[in-house]
Amino acid sequence: MGIGLALISVLGLILFAYVGTAVIGLNALFAIVFPYAAFILFVIGFIYRVVKWGKSPVPYRIPTTAGQHYSSLWFKQNKIDNPSTGLGVVLRMFFEVFAFRSLFRNTKAELLQGRLYIGSSKWLWLGAIAFHYSFLVIFLRHMRFFTPETPWVISLIESFDSFLQVHILGSPLLYITNISILAALLYLLGRRIIDPKIKYISLPSDYFPLFLILGIITTGVLMRYFFKVDVTAIKELTLGLVYLKPVIPKEIGSLFYIHLFLVSILFAYFPFSKLMHMGGVFLSPTRNVANNNRMKRHVNPWEYPVKHRHYEEYEDEFREKMKKAGIPVEKE
Amino acid sequence: MRLPRPEELISDVNLNKMPSRRWMDTLPVEFKPGFYCYGAKGKNLEYVGFPNARDFHVTDEDWKLPEDWKKIVIEGIKQRIERFRTFHVFMDICVRCGACADKCHFFIGTADPKNMPVLRAELLRSVYRKYFTSGGKIFGKNGGARELDLDILKELWYYFYQCTECRRCSLFCPYGIDTAEITIIGRELLNLLGLNTDWISGPVANCYRTGNHLGIEPHTMKSTLEFMCNDIEDITGIRIEPPINKKGAEILFVTPSGDLFADPGIYNCMGYMMLFHELGLDYTWSTFASEGGNFGFFTSLEMAKRLHSKIYEEAKRLKVKWILGGECGHMWRVWHQYHDTWYGPIDFLEEPVSPITGTKFEHAKSTKIVHISEFTADLIRHGVLKFDKRRNDNLIVTFHDSCNVSRGMGMFEEPRYIIRNVCNHFYDMPDETIREQTFCCGSGSGLNAGEIMEQRMRGGFPRANAVRYVHEKFGVNMLANICAIDRAALPPLMQYWVPAVRVSGVTELVANAMIMKGEKEREMNLRMEPLPGKEE
Repeated sequence: MGIGLALISVLGLILFAYVGTAVIGLNALFAIVFPYAAFILFVIGFIYRVVKWGKSPVPYRIPTTAGQHYSSLWFKQNKIDNPSTGLGVVLRMFFEVFAFRSLFRNTKAELLQGRLYIGSSKWLWLGAIAFHYSFLVIFLRHMRFFTPETPWVISLIESFDSFLQVHILGSPLLYITNISILAALLYLLGRRIIDPKIKYISLPSDYFPLFLILGIITTGVLMRYFFKVDVTAIKELTLGLVYLKPVIPKEIGSLFYIHLFLVSILFAYFPFSKLMHMGGVFLSPTRNVANNNRMKRHVNPWEYPVKHRHYEEYEDEFREKMKKAGIPVEKE
Repeated sequence: MRLPRPEELISDVNLNKMPSRRWMDTLPVEFKPGFYCYGAKGKNLEYVGFPNARDFHVTDEDWKLPEDWKKIVIEGIKQRIERFRTFHVFMDICVRCGACADKCHFFIGTADPKNMPVLRAELLRSVYRKYFTSGGKIFGKNGGARELDLDILKELWYYFYQCTECRRCSLFCPYGIDTAEITIIGRELLNLLGLNTDWISGPVANCYRTGNHLGIEPHTMKSTLEFMCNDIEDITGIRIEPPINKKGAEILFVTPSGDLFADPGIYNCMGYMMLFHELGLDYTWSTFASEGGNFGFFTSLEMAKRLHSKIYEEAKRLKVKWILGGECGHMWRVWHQYHDTWYGPIDFLEEPVSPITGTKFEHAKSTKIVHISEFTADLIRHGVLKFDKRRNDNLIVTFHDSCNVSRGMGMFEEPRYIIRNVCNHFYDMPDETIREQTFCCGSGSGLNAGEIMEQRMRGGFPRANAVRYVHEKFGVNMLANICAIDRAALPPLMQYWVPAVRVSGVTELVANAMIMKGEKEREMNLRMEPLPGKEE
C-alpha cells in the first residue's frame, strides 16, 4: 500500500531540487539553509525523541528470555540470550545492535499438504546487515568532505572499500559498498513488492525511506563514476558548512544539489519516522535488562497500592463451612 | 458448533495470499463463530469493580459503552505511553520488516493478516499515531493513522482476544517488540470500557471471592484433596493427610486450581502430594491462596496484582519460610517477572533452602519463590528419590515448553532432566518448535473457552504438527508439560490433531515412577490404568 505515493514524493523532491537550483538558481537555499535546518532538526529531534522515551519509566522487568536461565542449580546458563548480569546484558545488546542477533534467528513457515514446515531463513538478516553496514561505511567515507585533512581511519576505510581495485570505464576505483547497498536496497524494496505478507503490511512510510536512500545512492554513484563532479568545489562548500562560514562555489551542478537535498530530507525526516529504530533498539526493555527477577527487586516508580481481598473477609464468608470441614480458622 | 475435519481445517490456509482490500479498509470486522469468546457478564465485572459493568454481547450492534468512551481510550493510551517505556517505544519503532509475520501460531493457522503480530500491533499503533504523532495527524491514513471509531474498537477487541500473549514474535523481532505487552495494554484499554470476555471475567470474580478461578470453596478444596488421597491409597497403599491452612509449616505450596479439578491436572496434583509425603516435607496448602494462576493478568496489571496479593498475605499469616509453586505457565511469568515489583521487599520470608538437600535457591533469594521443577530436579540430582522407571515404559514422551516459562523465565533444562530420570523414552520435538522457539498451545491468556474452539484448533496446529512429527517418527504417545492451561488445552488439541497422544504434567510422571517407602506393589499408574507388565 502506498508505494506509488512514496515514489512520487521522492521524485517530487528530486524535481524540486532540480528546479530550485538549475532553473530558479536558489543555490544558497539548497547548499546552506536546507542542510543547516535539516541538521538542526535531526539533532534536536533525535534527542527529543530519545529523551521522551527515556521519560517513560520501565515499570516491570520483562526481558524476552531466549535461553536457559541462571539458577543455583547446575544447568548451564545461556549468558548472552538470557543474561542475569549487567555484563551479560551488554553482550546481548552488543550482538543485537551490531550483529542483528534476533533477526539472525529468523525462520520461514510453510504449509504443504496440511503440514507445517519451518526452515531457517537468513535472507532478511543478510539484506539488513548489508544495508546497514554499507550505509555506515559510506557515511564514514563522506567524513573526508567535512575534515580539511582526511583522517587516516577514513583513508583506511576507503582503501578497504575499494580493495577490488576495479575501475569502470576509466572512472575512479569502485567502492564495494556502492554495489552492496544498491543490492540490499533493491532486495529490501523487492521483498516489500513481491512477498504478499510484507506488501500487505507496508505503509507509504516504509517505501519512502527506501526510495529516498535509493535516490541518494544513485545520485552519489552518478557523480562519482559517470559525471565527474568537481570534488574540490564540493569540499569548499562542505568545509564552509562545518566552519560556519558557508560559501557557494560556482558550478557544482544540479546532480550534487539533488544529492544534498535528499540527504537533507533524510536527516530532517529521521526523527519523525520509523528510522528512529536506530535509537529505540537501545531502549527496548525486552532486551536491555537482566533476567534476575527473583534475585534482585525491580522498583516501579509509579506503583500504587491496590484494593484486594484480605483473609479476614474470606474467613468471614466461609467460616462456618471451614469449621464444619475441620479447617483451622482464626476466629472461632 | 461442529468443527471441520482436521484435514479440512487448514487445507485452505494460504500464508501467501492476502486480501485484495487494504487492511484499513476491511471494517467492520466480521465476528465469526468459533473465533471469539462470549462477552463478559455484568455481575462478574461488578463484583471486582470493573468499569461499565453490564452484560455485553459481542454480536450486538450496541456495546452499551459510556458516552465518552473515545476520550477514555485516548486518555488511557496517553497514560500508558507515559507509564510504560515498552509501550511507548513499541508504538514508535516498528519498521514492518515482517520478521514476526509467520511466527504467530494464529497467523499460521488462519492466514488472517491481522493475526500477524505486526498488524495486530498496527491496529492500535494506527490509533496512537492519529492522536500522538505529528506524522499521523498530518498524513492521516497515508501516515498509517486512523481516527478511533466503534468499528475500530470492535476490531481491537476481536484481535486482542485472539492473541495468547505467548511472546514468540518478540523473540524474532530485531527490536524486541513484544506483542504480549501490546495485547496486555490493549486489553487494559478495553477493560476501561467493560469489554472483557466471559471466560476471563468469570474466573477473575471467582478468584477474588474464593481465592481460585474455579470458585472452589475451602471445604470443597479439602474434600477434593482427600478424594485424591483415597485414590493414592488405592494405588500405593499409603494414606496421605494433606496439610491445609497449617500454621508454622515451612513451605506454602501454591498451584493453579486447574490441578484440583479435571484430568490430567488432578494426576499431577496427586503427584505433588505423593512427592511431599515421601519427602516428609513440612508444607501446607492454603484454601485462600488456592490459585497460582492469574486471569487478572489477562484483564489489567492492576487486577493481576489484586488477585495475587493473597499469596504473600497467606505466607505471612501461616508463618511459612518460603513458597513453592506448582506447574503453570502464565502463573510463573507473573510470579517471576512481576511479583517482587508488586509485593516486595518480601522481607517477612526467608531465603529458600531445600530442607531435604540443603540446596540454597539463591536465584530466588529476593522473591522467596521456587518452581517445583527446580525443587524436584535438585532432589533427583542429590539421589534423594528412588525411581522405577519401568512404570513409565509404556510412555514415549515428548515435552512441550510452555510459552511463559520459556520466554518469560528461561527454564528449559529442569523439566527435561526430570523426565529423563523418570522415563526411559524421551524425544524432543524439532528445535524450531521447542525451548525459546516453542509454539503456544493456542489457548493461553484466557482463550481456552469452548466457544472459540476453531480458533484454538487452528492456533494449536503448529504445536500439534510438531507432536505429530515425533509421534510418527518415534511413536510418541505422551505430551508432558508444566502448565495447567496446557493440561486443559492440549488434550482437546491432541484429540483433534493427533488422537493417539495423551497429555500429562511432569510431576505425574515423577510420582508414577517414584518408589515410596512402605508402598504396596503397584499395579496401577496414577490414572488407575494397569502399569506396563501388569496388564491382565
